[in-house]
Amino acid sequence: MEQIIEFINQNIQMIYIVILMIFVGVELISHVPAVLHTPLMSGANAIHGVVIIGAILVMLHMDDEYILGLSIGFLAMILGTLNVVGGFVVTDRMLDMFKTKK
Amino acid sequence: MELVTLNFIYLLASISFILGIKMLGSPKTARKGNLIAAFGMILAILVTIFVYPSIHHIEVSKLKYTLIFGAIIIGTIIGWSIALKVAMTKMPELVSFFNGMGGATAGLIGLLEFSHNLGNTSKISMIVAGLVIGSISFSGSMIAWGKLSGKFRKPIRLPKYNLLNTFIAVIIIILSIYIVTAEINNPVYLYILFILALMYGIMFVLPIGGADMPVVISLLNSFTGLAAAFGGFLYENMVMLTGGILVGSAGTILTLAMTKAMNRSLSAVIFGEFGEGSAISGSDNQVSGNIKEISPSDVAILLNYAQKVIIIPGYGLAVAQAQHVIHELEELLTNKGVDVKYAIHPVAGRMPGHMNVLLAEANVDYDKLVDMDDINSEFPNTDVVLVVGANDVVNPAAKNDPNSPIYGMPILDAELAKNIIVNKRSMNPGYAGIQNELFFNEKNSMLFGDAKVVFTKIVQELKSM
Repeated sequence: MEQIIEFINQNIQMIYIVILMIFVGVELISHVPAVLHTPLMSGANAIHGVVIIGAILVMLHMDDEYILGLSIGFLAMILGTLNVVGGFVVTDRMLDMFKTKK
Repeated sequence: MELVTLNFIYLLASISFILGIKMLGSPKTARKGNLIAAFGMILAILVTIFVYPSIHHIEVSKLKYTLIFGAIIIGTIIGWSIALKVAMTKMPELVSFFNGMGGATAGLIGLLEFSHNLGNTSKISMIVAGLVIGSISFSGSMIAWGKLSGKFRKPIRLPKYNLLNTFIAVIIIILSIYIVTAEINNPVYLYILFILALMYGIMFVLPIGGADMPVVISLLNSFTGLAAAFGGFLYENMVMLTGGILVGSAGTILTLAMTKAMNRSLSAVIFGEFGEGSAISGSDNQVSGNIKEISPSDVAILLNYAQKVIIIPGYGLAVAQAQHVIHELEELLTNKGVDVKYAIHPVAGRMPGHMNVLLAEANVDYDKLVDMDDINSEFPNTDVVLVVGANDVVNPAAKNDPNSPIYGMPILDAELAKNIIVNKRSMNPGYAGIQNELFFNEKNSMLFGDAKVVFTKIVQELKSM
């Protein structure tokens, strides 16, 4: 229990951010026409590729001698890049088809 | 100064994500929104590589820079080429695949960070949470990807799978709490947790039927967002936190919107109340009667003399790659003065909006695609409804038969039109495994055959009229 209270005290700013972002996410999505659900899902999919920042931080802090760690970090970075690049490119490709022609 | 730069860029990236998602919600701004979010992501990545080390006084060796840029280059080449190469019909599984990659990244981060943070209870709990959720998302997405690309389509149900899955979930939770509270130093416990989480992801998705797969992908999408957010907590990294939570909450709402459109509860999807048992009992009882067949040339004649035609596309159209010939038919009819529209059910295809993407690929006008709620009132004065590869979304059982597993799902009222033509390859039931009484309606005629082949014939017939 004490640990939980301590955790909340230490991270109160981040907890605020979490709660506010939850509401932002809900608000943003509830006004979207069904037509755009697939591109939206794909776009959101690309955005959670932000997890690649974590992989970069792992690599930056990693001991140069620790080969196994470096290899796993390297793999994590490739997969994270796949998520980011693939996600954004696919979304762009989908949306390219929605060009309105009059 | 450098800290200010880092924080400022992270803030900018977070804003770009919010703005990006907002702009993705409107057809006019969607493409720009995606690019803005991508731009923010690139900034955040660059600032992490180049500014972060000097703030924390890290000497980055040449080897590390080589590995970091090597990974980014390899990932970019592979990701870019897959994204450009894959056909639009394969979109849902592609999203699932990329989602799995993100989940795997989160899982691997957890594995690597564990030993660095021993003794710090709150960090260890973030690591464990990110590891478990990321791993579930990875293995689950891979199964969803396999299912949608047809590698294994049938739901695989182990005996008592609900009990078994709950059992594994409980073990995962207990083990997680144990690792955090007992301050375990031995990474073997973490490896066991990792493997259990991977197993859970597999067993969680395996029993779920193909029709429910979009819901599962959307759910796993928000899982990966959550895993990224735990990473944000771990590193006190604001851009990971905001990006992750944003996707987590937006993904959850999207998931709920999808289940609502299918009139299914999330628990029904996960615990499989769509069981084959109920589907089979639904199919035998009420539906019987004669079906009429119609030839492509008769369809062409019917269409030629119609004034108002509505096309209802479904996944069968996507499989047959018939979107281009359908568009040709639509243009041909429009030039003959026929009013042609497309009726889009919210869950037509394998993902909400899947049909829109497909038809847009074939250059169909955005204005011709009409949502279910707006078009349902138009069916009674429609001369011909063409149902192309759709089934469950026009099944009147959703309205009439309380025993049907899809009872209560909103449907397109195709049965109210003057003539109904259903194109299917065979009389096999749709993805939900339910027989469709619409096929036995006296106004209905069945046009059997591959959509691309039969509609090409219809177009030829129409041209010669």
